[in-house]
Amino acid sequence: MSEELEPDFDVIVVGAGIAGCVTAYRLAQAGRSVVLIERGEAPGSKNLSGGVLYSRVMEEVFPGFLAQAPVERRITRNYVQFLNATSSVGIDYADERLGDPVNAVTVLRARLDAWLGEQCEEAGVFLMPGVRVDEVLRAGGEAGPVVGVRAGEDELRARVVVAADGVNSFLSRAAGLRAKEPENHLAIGVKAVVTLGEERVRERFHLGQDDGVAYAVVGDCTLGVGGGGFLYTNRDSVSIGVVLRLDDLMARGLESSVVFDHFLAHPFVAPFLAGGEVSEYASHLVAEGGIAMLGEIATDGLVVVGDAAGLTLNTGLTVRGMDLAAASGIAAAAGIEAALESGDVSKAGLGGYREALMASFAGRDMVTYAKAPAFLERPRMYAEYGQVLADVLYGAFDHDLTPRKHLVALARGVVKKSGVRMRDLVSDAIAGVRAL
Amino acid sequence: MSIPERLAANRYETDEEQSHIHVDQDLARSTGTGERIIAVCPAKVYAREADGTISVEYAACFECGACLAVAAPGALEWHYPRGGMGIQLREG
Repeated sequence: MSEELEPDFDVIVVGAGIAGCVTAYRLAQAGRSVVLIERGEAPGSKNLSGGVLYSRVMEEVFPGFLAQAPVERRITRNYVQFLNATSSVGIDYADERLGDPVNAVTVLRARLDAWLGEQCEEAGVFLMPGVRVDEVLRAGGEAGPVVGVRAGEDELRARVVVAADGVNSFLSRAAGLRAKEPENHLAIGVKAVVTLGEERVRERFHLGQDDGVAYAVVGDCTLGVGGGGFLYTNRDSVSIGVVLRLDDLMARGLESSVVFDHFLAHPFVAPFLAGGEVSEYASHLVAEGGIAMLGEIATDGLVVVGDAAGLTLNTGLTVRGMDLAAASGIAAAAGIEAALESGDVSKAGLGGYREALMASFAGRDMVTYAKAPAFLERPRMYAEYGQVLADVLYGAFDHDLTPRKHLVALARGVVKKSGVRMRDLVSDAIAGVRAL
Repeated sequence: MSIPERLAANRYETDEEQSHIHVDQDLARSTGTGERIIAVCPAKVYAREADGTISVEYAACFECGACLAVAAPGALEWHYPRGGMGIQLREG
């Protein structure tokens, strides 16, 4: 491989998801020549998310984002639901402030990412869909700097390559930046889009014209597997599914599709879907390791962004990936721009990316929630606690002509009967307060 | 609604010439990878045949990579389909 070859582009971005599109868009805006390579037929055709995008960061990149981009509904109501086999206890949080300014929207990625791809093209990015990148090219052998990519017979060269190739990031693995993740850091999200029609969605979920609701569910919905269920309203459909931690799913010997079916058939969920048509059924791997998964994100001639960098956060109440992907795209573009400016695209020269990322809300939130993944691995969250809550409320609401007890005494009795040890309850509570 | 019925709603550009998945049958058996990939895959790509081998219905694949994550090293060869092939999400 000759090192004398001139680069074809300043930057090659691999993967037209949110992180890849934002990186490409910002660099094109700065006047750089950028090629965006996507293995799907079009941007978005390989991309799937649960569906809630915390959208403020997108307004920074694309002014007027909410008015122009194909977003579904603005989330102004959040349900958090403990679901047991025959009971459920939930928090229903609705707030007009969440819609002014809009804070979160539901999206369907095949539509959103196609739009992002269009914005990139309008900014001067050269979009290459339908091309799978097979490997990175290095100058001067195995350990040399990254100088481009190979796709089948074709080689493309650039000063910097951006691996935005998603959670499985074969590129960053091959570049030695990532090892195989332990199973407790990964979860599988299994999702269906169920089309109901716009009017039915609004009536069934009591929604205004553009409002939407997000349900986060834990407990029996996953048959006790660490993880949870979700239901998000789109314009005329709902996104519904489960997220299952791989180590726990495997340990219990359960099939992911069986857990998914169980959730959809649950009495709490089934009525929401009645009369609907499944218009899509798919899955996606979710990185749940938090900051522990954010390893090396730059090497000579290459940076890693978005899911490929392990940028996902589960805080127990919110599950975030897309906003972090956008933030990493902004930071990466700034770091790459500085490196191109100075002519030093080595790992050190690209160091501005990590600095900008860790200074942004994304990096800071990753640090804040460093303990969340370990807390969310505590098993009682998915089994006993929902039942304890329901039993306490049952004791309060069920007037069976026995004398009443004060709530504290009632709760103490319920916990005692549940088999949860008081020291575990206290330990979980303290860990929860510290982690979340 | 059965899984095959659900899959029928998806759009695929199937690569008729080559599969993007290959199972090492001996390793799959000796490491227990067979059971694990059958359980984890929501598209039911993997099934145990009468002779004990694992069959691969690669055309149904969602390309999520969960099988690779739970497979023992070397038991499963899995990469993305060729450019423009495989599942083409319309919702996502």
